[in-house]
Amino acid sequence: MEVLERKMQTLPVPTKVIPAEQIDPKRLRTEEMVLNVGPQHPSTHGVLRLEAVLDGELVIDVVPFLGYLHRCFEKHAEAMTYPQVVPYVDRMDYLAPMNGELGYALAVERMMGIEVPEKVEYIRVLFNELQRIASHLVAVGTFGMDAGAFTPFLYCFRDREDVLEIFEKTCGARLLYNYIWVGGLSHDLHPDVLSMCRAFVKKSRATHKEINELLTFNKIFVERVANIGILKPDVAINGGASGPMLRGSGVKWDLRRDDPYSIYDRFEFEVPVGTGMMGTLGDCFDRHWVRMCEWEQSLNIIEQVLEKFPQNDKTDVQKAVPKRIKPAAGEIYSRVETARGELGYYIISKDNINPWRVKVRSPAFVNLSLLPIISRGYLMADLIVILGSVDIVLGEVDR
Amino acid sequence: MFQDLNQFIVSLIGKGDLSDILSVVVYSALPLVLILLYALVAILGEMKISAWLQDRLGPMRTGPYGILQPIADMLKLIQKEDTTPKLADKKLYNAAPFIVFIGSYMAFAALPFAAMYAGARINTGIFYIVAVSGVVVVGILMAGWGSNNKYALLGSMRSVAQIVSYEIPAGLAILSVVMIAGTMDLQTISHLQQGGLQNWFIFGGPKSLAGFGGGYAWILTPLMVVSFLIYIVASLAETNRVPFDIPEAESELVAGYHTEYSAMKFALFFLAEYANMFAVSAIASVLFLGGWNSPIAGFLDAPWMGAIWFIGKAFSFVLIQIWIRWTLPRLRVDQLMHICWKVMIPFGMATVLLVGTIVTFLAH
Repeated sequence: MEVLERKMQTLPVPTKVIPAEQIDPKRLRTEEMVLNVGPQHPSTHGVLRLEAVLDGELVIDVVPFLGYLHRCFEKHAEAMTYPQVVPYVDRMDYLAPMNGELGYALAVERMMGIEVPEKVEYIRVLFNELQRIASHLVAVGTFGMDAGAFTPFLYCFRDREDVLEIFEKTCGARLLYNYIWVGGLSHDLHPDVLSMCRAFVKKSRATHKEINELLTFNKIFVERVANIGILKPDVAINGGASGPMLRGSGVKWDLRRDDPYSIYDRFEFEVPVGTGMMGTLGDCFDRHWVRMCEWEQSLNIIEQVLEKFPQNDKTDVQKAVPKRIKPAAGEIYSRVETARGELGYYIISKDNINPWRVKVRSPAFVNLSLLPIISRGYLMADLIVILGSVDIVLGEVDR
Repeated sequence: MFQDLNQFIVSLIGKGDLSDILSVVVYSALPLVLILLYALVAILGEMKISAWLQDRLGPMRTGPYGILQPIADMLKLIQKEDTTPKLADKKLYNAAPFIVFIGSYMAFAALPFAAMYAGARINTGIFYIVAVSGVVVVGILMAGWGSNNKYALLGSMRSVAQIVSYEIPAGLAILSVVMIAGTMDLQTISHLQQGGLQNWFIFGGPKSLAGFGGGYAWILTPLMVVSFLIYIVASLAETNRVPFDIPEAESELVAGYHTEYSAMKFALFFLAEYANMFAVSAIASVLFLGGWNSPIAGFLDAPWMGAIWFIGKAFSFVLIQIWIRWTLPRLRVDQLMHICWKVMIPFGMATVLLVGTIVTFLAH
């Protein structure tokens, strides 16, 4: 910021010609360049616009401008019945809709005191972890692309395709599922799904290894992403960061472990945190590494789910779905750990079939707010990498 | 057998004005035809190789296995609207792609394609190529400045800094060969490497000739390998290919200096990039890998077959460049400069010094 303050001082422009040897170097002035990045820029991960103040290639300040994908979700939700909100929830974090749906369903279920059958819980956890992997695959792939590596991106998408096929077989949709309902699910599992999941776990472990070799421990990649975009743990906590962004800074905080919901307390998994293994604690490499580790942990959870899954349980997955969803007057804040962090729903009910207010605390929005803090003083090329490491989804940022 | 193409033409139509004119036309048109044909193959190669590396099929619809895709792309580019930004510096903006292309096309004049054909036999051939390649820098700077676009300006500034810096290690690597060969004439350098693999400059140069070190030349091998590697890395940087594609870094600068260009002007930049790739690969093969010589003495070494060896060697380097492009991430500007000034130039200097010492004291 000292640079900026120095630049901000307006110096008088000399009117007469001064001989070169008499010019005081301190009086010479260069100008910053304001570079508009986006909303149609290839690396803004959607329609984000950044205004970067550059001194040569050095980023002095960066201001994110939001709202290009604003769809009035929260206002819309007030005009709809509770089940009608679910498809709109999909459209927030469109890379991890299952996570978002679970959060909404849990919030309403808690308001109404609904207990869902155990089989439904297992399917929800299974699909949430598959979704987390699918989302991290996109995050890792696009992060690699921001650093200039194109090929890992396609390997990631190849594997994501398998997850989407599992979802498609179950509910018919590949992107926006409307699958997790308040009190249940829209469809039971297709008989093939469990074997498909087993095959996926096996294949995904191989891809995990491959991406680590090709990207994570590539010398050039490490040089590019280590020691930049450093987010200190205290700044991360004060800034409200969550998900891989928070854990990358070394803070061990995962809602699945610290505020368990659904049946996450039945599974054993680790909460990977950044250690500064390639540079400084909380740099872009740590965030990437946390995502890679979480991918592995999700595979562990899926394996445990497949092991414990009640296959002979013929319970109807819509058994607990209420005929009429009309929570008693009151309010609730319910949160889940999505691929991006803490997704919270604050719902106020006035004893009506429509929610009176649905406020969403979206992790991508809060994480993005830290971008200016962590990208000042780095180069323009670093800014793109830092933005990639935050892993935003504009559908969720703007809602 | 004819010693060069000129004699071949004379033998066909007799010596006279007509044969002179025809020689000039043939000599100047051949590289252009070659660039165009090669670009089509290289673009298809880039598409297909990247696809295979990435578990894709690549183009499959245009012609059998999509082999007509580059032609379709070229036709598409010709049809597209030629746009000029309103606030662009029109003169610079319009001239830039031609200057860039001319810079890389001019280098082809001095390349010895075969024993019987080199566009122009210049006694300072390699020096000439290094010099005209520098013209490309001017064109890129004009494109970046003339577009009146911040991304283009950033891209062109990076590009100029990069190409100018990397000419130094490339020059040092070239110098090692020139010191052993004692000439800058590329055709002579090629002739010196006749007689099989062991006479190539990467293995220390000709062993049989007195004055070039004889058997001592073998001790130059490790130094020449270092020179060769320096040249390969520097040439990647000079052609703006991954991991040095910082000037056109898609994720940062959209398309760098050619962001604003469309239609044929864009095609010229594209063509120049591919022509440049071939030029640096060809120089690497002439200087270090025997140029148009067959690796085994007497094996397929008719004068015209040299062209096949030459193009084959150069093209395999182009393939390596493509392979690298689709495998590695991109460096950052400061890291790029770090590698150039703090790693490659010291190594290049040391190699030049050692090679010079050995050539001076042992060879004569």
